[in-house]
Amino acid sequence: MDFSRRLFLKTTGFGLLALGLPPSFLVRAAEGETAKRGKILVVVFQRGGMDGLNAVIPFKDRAYYSLRPTIAVTEPSSGEERAIDLDGFYGLHPALAPLKPLFDKSHLAIIHAAGSPDNTRSHFDAQDYMELGTPGIKSTPDGWLNRVLLQTSNDRNPFQAVALTQRLPRILAGKAPAVTMTSIEEFRLRDSFLAPTLQRFYANVNDPILRQGGDNLFEAMRVLSTVEATLPPVAADGYPIGRFGDSLKQISRLVKANVGLEIAFTEIEGWDTHVNEGGTKGQMANRLKDLAEGLTAFYRDLGDRMEDVVLLTLSEFGRTARENGNRGTDHGHANVMFVMGGRIKGGKVYGRWPGLDPAVLYEGRDLALTTDFRAACGEVLSRHLGQKDLTRVFPGYQVPSRALGLIV
Amino acid sequence: MNAPLTEEQKIIHFLNRVTFGPTSAETDRVKNTGIFPYLEEQLHPEKIPDPAAEEKLAQLKTVRLSSRELLELYPPPKQAKSRGMDISPMQTPRFVIFELQQAKLLRAVYSRRQLYELMVDFWTNHFNVFAGKGADRWLVTSYDRDTIRPHALGRFRDLLLATARSPAMLFYLDNWLSVSPDAVMNRFRPNAKPGPRQGLNENYARELMELHTLGVDGGYTQKDVMEVARCFTGWTIRRPRGEPEFLFNARMHDPREKVVLGARIPAGGGTQDGMKVIDLLSRHPSTARFIATKLVRRFVSDDPPVSLVTQVAKVFRESDGDIKELLRAIVESPEFFSPEAVQAKVKKPLEFIASSLRSVGAETNASPALLRYLVRMGEPLFLAQPPTGFPDVGSTWVSPDMLLARINFVTDLSNNRIPGTRANVDKETTFAMVAPEFQRR
Repeated sequence: MDFSRRLFLKTTGFGLLALGLPPSFLVRAAEGETAKRGKILVVVFQRGGMDGLNAVIPFKDRAYYSLRPTIAVTEPSSGEERAIDLDGFYGLHPALAPLKPLFDKSHLAIIHAAGSPDNTRSHFDAQDYMELGTPGIKSTPDGWLNRVLLQTSNDRNPFQAVALTQRLPRILAGKAPAVTMTSIEEFRLRDSFLAPTLQRFYANVNDPILRQGGDNLFEAMRVLSTVEATLPPVAADGYPIGRFGDSLKQISRLVKANVGLEIAFTEIEGWDTHVNEGGTKGQMANRLKDLAEGLTAFYRDLGDRMEDVVLLTLSEFGRTARENGNRGTDHGHANVMFVMGGRIKGGKVYGRWPGLDPAVLYEGRDLALTTDFRAACGEVLSRHLGQKDLTRVFPGYQVPSRALGLIV
Repeated sequence: MNAPLTEEQKIIHFLNRVTFGPTSAETDRVKNTGIFPYLEEQLHPEKIPDPAAEEKLAQLKTVRLSSRELLELYPPPKQAKSRGMDISPMQTPRFVIFELQQAKLLRAVYSRRQLYELMVDFWTNHFNVFAGKGADRWLVTSYDRDTIRPHALGRFRDLLLATARSPAMLFYLDNWLSVSPDAVMNRFRPNAKPGPRQGLNENYARELMELHTLGVDGGYTQKDVMEVARCFTGWTIRRPRGEPEFLFNARMHDPREKVVLGARIPAGGGTQDGMKVIDLLSRHPSTARFIATKLVRRFVSDDPPVSLVTQVAKVFRESDGDIKELLRAIVESPEFFSPEAVQAKVKKPLEFIASSLRSVGAETNASPALLRYLVRMGEPLFLAQPPTGFPDVGSTWVSPDMLLARINFVTDLSNNRIPGTRANVDKETTFAMVAPEFQRR
């Protein structure tokens, strides 16, 4: 053996490993599942700043048409290429047509003029504020979904919170553990023959952090292999092709497999439509189509399980009320939130409409805000997840005493 | 376990802490020269020839360019379109960050100036700037090269001042927008386009005290935050996406008197106000203690021994923040070589990957495939969003997905499945590298 390898083995303490003891996690695993059907919150972040005014069109506000000469969506009447009437005032963008039946069934609610009260128009700052749950305060150490977990945290279930992203988003960062993964199939050892050796190494090491880490990892892999075996991915499942559709598909499998999921997070990008945003067709329409198809596939896929699920969307800010010189829109303020679930009081566009008259536009240019995103999220947390102390989730924020009434 | 370390254990422990992982060559060198002479060598990186790392870095296109040149050659996609440029994926701002990450990983693996590179990493993290925030995509290359690297083994005050004046930090923590509430340019103009410049921005002032100098319990108040913010009004950037250079704009500055931590800063000081704050903070006993704590945490253990922190803080005060002296004080301390300190640190992902590659003598070009493991392990270089940077405590790095990424990295390395990286790894070494012990240093 050459010197470097001897050094190597000595450095790692390899030779000191006590081998052969029964791994504790296998004992625990043999005790079986503690499957339960808990409530689940799914958060979808639309990164880039969705143009809420073109997603849910206030077609009765005539200012909308004068502000947007080339990208406005025509008001509803017969025929395609027009907004789909929701309530005589608002209309859905035609690319969101798949969501209309959910809205009609009262399983989809929309909140207009909602978002973060901070006036920043930086993607980075606005996303940060929304994920930290403290608009205007950057020094908050953890994300608000993580603070939710700290309140409810149960016995070390690795799948209590899952982000279907490349890296842990700030909204889930903090003291409570959360798993990041891109897919169930990818969450496995590249060399399965290593498994027994690894389990022995980690179960027997005199190192609490790594023993626990190993324990959680093997537990997570065990659970996921069960999910894979019992719920193999289906080919034609209606999910749109791409990262967003895939991530919702993975979340749905975790829900159905009863792995103890409470909070899931995913994101959909491409909303920063400064140039050639398009009206009924084009860039923005394509993103909306992806969003709508993803949400409806998820809804259909989960069926009755939607009773236990609320999915809500966030986007860091809306866009300028006026279209810009490049047939697009720039960073604005208030936006639209979608809230979907079996026990949602949907079929309604919530939130007070502030109007688009230049005199009432926020800082003279953007849709003003009438619903703080924390009011909507707080309501879902307390009424759906049974969160008791919202001031811990949204420090410094007083959830309005009059609820929106989003949940049955 | 509590017996004093043997000479060989000492050398390996020492190398585990002052390098990105021992190699047989370096171990031999320390055996020949002795630990402390080797440390002295490492404290003078300018005297260490470094041809291997330089050759690797010579391949990179962007690391030697100025921020202006980067903006010109790697424009934002929108601007590129309007200029009629046909942009290849190799000419996007993303590529600039990618090369920066490459450079860092290549240096960690190949540079012979190991302690220097490790300190560059330490300060980069201490003075974190998120390279994904707006204009910072073009500013962090210069931040790394012109702000952090020249001072990584110098004096703390100089480093602090360099960061305070750097366009990257001014942009990241918003100080470039901070305007005196009654500054000339902030007065009401009826037809003014509403812009972002809307008064005092406390962000930098707060983090300067909380994260860069005094520490959160360092004895400052909200009032001090406001006063420091007023001192730094006018410290701005000419144009972040056009002329990304430091500018003191007197029209944005608040000229009135300020009182910072009890010290009076007389009216009319202009740019001197900020300089005075830098001096005050860099020489404050809380700063000495805070920096000492972080360094001892990096070099000794997650729970820094109080005795050593006190000693290093004293050296900080007496040497006026001489970083070399601080490192000498740490390595020469009994705490550094105590049995409790051995293997006390979980490697962070960069340390884990670099030490793996170094220990098996891998040949790598730090391709995107390799950098992706860093993302999966939770440490995308230069892309820590919060101003705290990446945490330096072990429990941060062992979530199931992160640990899985470590194990899969070793498997892929052993089987030569990482494009751009080649190594000869036998079964035994693979086992050693996936073992919990190798996750520590």
